[in-house]
Amino acid sequence: MTLHADLRVGRAGFVLAAEVTVEPGEVVALLGPNGAGKTTALRALAGLLPLSGGHIRVGGQTWDAPPEVFRPAERRPIGVVFQDYLLFAHLSALENVAFGLRARGTGRAAAREEAARWLDRVGLAAHAKAKPRTLSGGQAQRVALARALATSPELLLLDEPLAALDAATRLHVRAELGHHLRDYPGHTLLVTHDPLDAMVLADRLVVLEHGRVVQEGTPTEVARRPRTSYVADLVGLNLYRGTAHGTAVSLDAGGTLTIATPASGPVHVVFPPTAVSLHPEHPTGSPRNAWRVTVAGIERHAHTTRVRLDGVPPVLADITTATVADLRLQPGDELWAAVKATEVHAYPS
Amino acid sequence: MTSARRRTRGRLPVVLVLPAVVGLAFLLVPLVGLLVRAPWDTLPEQLFSSSVGEALRLSLVCASLATVVCLVLGVPLAWLLARGDVPGRGVLRALVTVPLVLPPVVGGVALLFVLGRRGLVGQYLDAWFGISLPFTTAGVVLAEAFVAMPFLVISVEGALRAADPRYEEAAATLGASRWLAFRRVTLPSILPGVVAGTVLCWARALGEFGATITFAGNFPGETTTMPLAVYLALETDPDAAIVLSVVLLLVSVGVLAALRDRWISGPS
Repeated sequence: MTLHADLRVGRAGFVLAAEVTVEPGEVVALLGPNGAGKTTALRALAGLLPLSGGHIRVGGQTWDAPPEVFRPAERRPIGVVFQDYLLFAHLSALENVAFGLRARGTGRAAAREEAARWLDRVGLAAHAKAKPRTLSGGQAQRVALARALATSPELLLLDEPLAALDAATRLHVRAELGHHLRDYPGHTLLVTHDPLDAMVLADRLVVLEHGRVVQEGTPTEVARRPRTSYVADLVGLNLYRGTAHGTAVSLDAGGTLTIATPASGPVHVVFPPTAVSLHPEHPTGSPRNAWRVTVAGIERHAHTTRVRLDGVPPVLADITTATVADLRLQPGDELWAAVKATEVHAYPS
Repeated sequence: MTSARRRTRGRLPVVLVLPAVVGLAFLLVPLVGLLVRAPWDTLPEQLFSSSVGEALRLSLVCASLATVVCLVLGVPLAWLLARGDVPGRGVLRALVTVPLVLPPVVGGVALLFVLGRRGLVGQYLDAWFGISLPFTTAGVVLAEAFVAMPFLVISVEGALRAADPRYEEAAATLGASRWLAFRRVTLPSILPGVVAGTVLCWARALGEFGATITFAGNFPGETTTMPLAVYLALETDPDAAIVLSVVLLLVSVGVLAALRDRWISGPS
């Protein structure tokens, strides 16, 4: 039941030519800048836009293969969470979630019962009768997710599902969304321009640039070995899973990091490579994270040099060309990596 | 605040105020005159006299039927103009609005020559089905619908074009056919536009005169609607004409009141 899509869409001044495969239960993030063709790819998979070439196959079924086959959106087993959710304003939260079941032929009572179960799962049982405009951004997002999942689709498509939320809400909704995606047995394709969303939520990244796939792999692979400077800038994040006890986070990959804001329980810990400084000796001064690392690789990008460092934990550092010269960096060199606690952010997972 | 603004903006220019007041009087004085001249003491008995009552009943029935015809045909037409991938949509849209600016008498003449007993379509209706539309109550409904439909179409089409088509896409991804999406998603979201269009359409049908008298003639109890009765009564019984006019005026004011939020109150 693998989803295999060879997406070819040609329009005035823009060509999308991207191959995407999604295994059942897998979450694939389609990552790229605005105008890279992410939304076009999503619309093609949803059946809102016919392909001009290639195909979309799920298991033994063909959804799109021009010029013979085209299954429109309403006949594909899909669920879509749109960027601004597109909840139907005149229907209550419950009726929104029940809409897909009703449209696919479930009886009224059974559809409402199933919808109520889904609202309960996303923690909104108390808001079943609320109209969308009375819901907060985070609540609306959860209703949209419940609406998309209620029909038990084979393919779940998420279009920038967190983009419309403010920073504080985003943290919680991202963590919740992660739980729901892990429970969902179908194929998930997440479209986003936010590398953090992609790396936290996805099992595999597909990076799209100018309508083409420039790199794909697990978040760690892509972050550790970016193939273009665009990808390096985009996914250049040090991201670890760990468990927080106050300001100390013990990482699953080994090592401990100090954070400025206390947290507890499982977290994602993130800091950009630009926050990492390299020193030949143990650095002194303000309270910091400092640990011994070995240079594993050096890559030059547009304005900076990215250094891949092995250690506990392994880390990426962006340093200026001048520093590279100062330290006379060579693969195999032993150094100290340092990161300020205030630069390290922990997100609940 | 207000006084400061008044000072900074200067006095209202007489060149504008004077014609404005004259214009206002020009619009309002005839209506006030109508109310002053109305025989208020005999109004109830006039209103329930057989000829007035008959015309009123016929008017209400015909205008309502014409509105139903307009809704059944006009809403899908508006949808086609707003959403359909039909070639020459701009031309179609322009053609639909022709009855808006066409003198109603011309509309009546056109209907007569198409649907009349020897008309383009009418001859077959007569020969095959034995149906003759001119000078019947059905003819009144047709004439009114012809004149009133553009009001509905334009109002609904405007609402449709303002509505976000992505909601229909969302409905499609949930498994809804285009018809279901239209019924359950689009129609509820444009309901205010449909209601406004319906009220305007009904009011226009109620006041229809030119096309009706040309196509359906003037047969009391069958095709004599209120506006026709007003015109007739003016020659024989001016009091009845005033009563009928006051009734039509009240209906119009009622329509305005119903639509005040959408159409009357400007940006404030």
